[in-house]
Amino acid sequence: MDIATFLIQCLNAVQYGLLLFLVASGLTLIFGIMGVINLAHGSFYMIGAYMAYALAPAVEQYLGGGFFTTLAVGIVLSVLLGYLLEWVFFSYLYEREHLQQVLMTYGLILVFEELRSILVGNDVHGVAAPGWLAGTIPLGDVMTYPVYRLFVSAVCVAVALGMWAVLTRSRLGMRIRAGASNREMVRAMGIDIRLLYRVVFAIGVALAALAGMIAAPVSSVYPNMGAQVLIICFVVVVIGGIGSIKGALVAALLVGFVDTFGKVLFPAMAGISVYLLMALMLLWKPEGLFKAG
Amino acid sequence: MKIRYALATLASTALLTGPALAQEKIKVGFMLPFTGTYTALGVAIENGFRLYVDEQGGKLAGREIEYVKVDDESDPAKAPDNVNKLIKRDNVDVIVGTVHSGVAMAMARAAKQSNTLLIVPNAGADAVTGPMCAQNIFRSSFSNWQPAYAMGEVAAKRGHKTAITITWKYAAGEESTNGFKEAFEKNGGKVTKQLTVPFPNVEFQALLTEIAAERPDAVYTFFAGGGAVKFVRDYAAAGLKDTVPLYGAGFLTDGTLEAQGDAAQGLLTTLHYADGLNTPRDNAFRTAYAKTFKLQPDVYAVQGYDAAQMLATGLEAVGGDIGKKAEFSAALQKATIDSPRGKFTISKSHNPVQDIYLRKVEGNENKVAGVAIEGLADPGRGCRM
Repeated sequence: MDIATFLIQCLNAVQYGLLLFLVASGLTLIFGIMGVINLAHGSFYMIGAYMAYALAPAVEQYLGGGFFTTLAVGIVLSVLLGYLLEWVFFSYLYEREHLQQVLMTYGLILVFEELRSILVGNDVHGVAAPGWLAGTIPLGDVMTYPVYRLFVSAVCVAVALGMWAVLTRSRLGMRIRAGASNREMVRAMGIDIRLLYRVVFAIGVALAALAGMIAAPVSSVYPNMGAQVLIICFVVVVIGGIGSIKGALVAALLVGFVDTFGKVLFPAMAGISVYLLMALMLLWKPEGLFKAG
Repeated sequence: MKIRYALATLASTALLTGPALAQEKIKVGFMLPFTGTYTALGVAIENGFRLYVDEQGGKLAGREIEYVKVDDESDPAKAPDNVNKLIKRDNVDVIVGTVHSGVAMAMARAAKQSNTLLIVPNAGADAVTGPMCAQNIFRSSFSNWQPAYAMGEVAAKRGHKTAITITWKYAAGEESTNGFKEAFEKNGGKVTKQLTVPFPNVEFQALLTEIAAERPDAVYTFFAGGGAVKFVRDYAAAGLKDTVPLYGAGFLTDGTLEAQGDAAQGLLTTLHYADGLNTPRDNAFRTAYAKTFKLQPDVYAVQGYDAAQMLATGLEAVGGDIGKKAEFSAALQKATIDSPRGKFTISKSHNPVQDIYLRKVEGNENKVAGVAIEGLADPGRGCRM
């Protein structure tokens, strides 16, 4: 591997890692702060991707179209979906055992997949990237790199910074962190913890849907796309430390590098390299890289 | 009252004297995916099968056909149970299925043990007509080896000297890329690397970078469905499409063209069926299918249709007595099936000996661009019959 190829592989790794972070951050937020194991998180990613595909014609008709308008509409819808789901289902799960949470959120996966099948069908669909991002830039004389992929990375970095700012620098973030460490005390201080959780959950759903929407032009949309993402996201969350946004970022990048170079250097082991990493991490630091709180 | 009574008598006399009761119905058991990713394929196969039977007036070799259906969910873990439902509970005479190779292997095993007639209308696992072959197991579709081998020869004859193959690390992918390698190297080429991605991972960027760094003359790939869409788009986005020609087994561009868009235009693939064959046989089939089901037929519909034709041919030879497996098998091996894809015969190991078309993507169609290899027979390695 010469130096140019090596650098491009690093770029691939960072780029994949950042996208993983975007999906996993919502999961770690819900898991870490609210203590709910949410298997349906992959479905939110899938819903996002399908929204990028299915909403486009309607947005075209009523709002004049455009990828970013679709994105905005999608985010609003997913926040509403998250808010509603928390209200109807998840708010009953906080005091329950993990097994019951797993059962219900697994049920939601089945429901969402079936709804997807009924509403949009089982075909594979492509989503066009916006025109000004559709080009490519040459990387040396080896290959060209799609501008849209770099854009996706930029969005992921922006979201990471935004989350960091909100969680550590704002009153909302303070309450969220307080709620995570002592729910009862926060309630005693006169803060509406139910509303707070509803908001956090809605944000988590929106993050997954956003990841799905901006990934749609590179990944295309297809049935069961959520399941693949879900597993790798749990790996990221476990490695990073449950509930830690910083941990999710570091772990996602780590997974990106291990996956990318694993495929190139040890192709026979490519299928398990990431899980090997997780197993080693659990032996070394059972609580993950960064413990929340 | 009187009229109704008279009608009822008439009807029952007709039933009693009609030829329908002369022999029992033949029970066909569809074991196909009716839910999940492959639903559309399962439906197309069933439609194709029914279309042929209906064209014969609902009877094959004078015997009426009755259907039972089991959804295999494309789940190999459930396959033994599902196939036994058909064999033991429903007592079917023929099993038709399926799409997923892993499920088809379990079906072949059960069919072999119970000596039930099995016609595989899609699954391309080489082993079905290789080590698993049996007197009562037939395939109306293809083996993974077939389109791949044909493409290997095409690529070598187009002057390519080196190639890299890339696929998912699972049986179908490996059978396909090995078939390509066999023909490509036999014709003077050299496969320098065989890349794989864990199934069903669709993160290809790392391996595309490796291809770009290696610069082979050509790349051969086997992907299907969502993976095929993403691979073709990523390949084009990496700027490789214009510098390193991409070749694939037909599934790369079947049912995926709308999603692949510009990235797929001009790609060459090989398969046993193509758009724009424009033969009277194919045109008649396509019109009839579109009229009956309000759907455009595809390769899966053809495979289902031909499964019914193969059953009909065998049944005719044994006068409708499905118990005569040896005569059934011998007759099919001598027969020529007049398929919409073009006429084909059945090899010793019960796989179609068929023309493999070279197809070029134009718009949303896989237009026929010639015949890659005429009458290509799967070697049926490991088959002892």
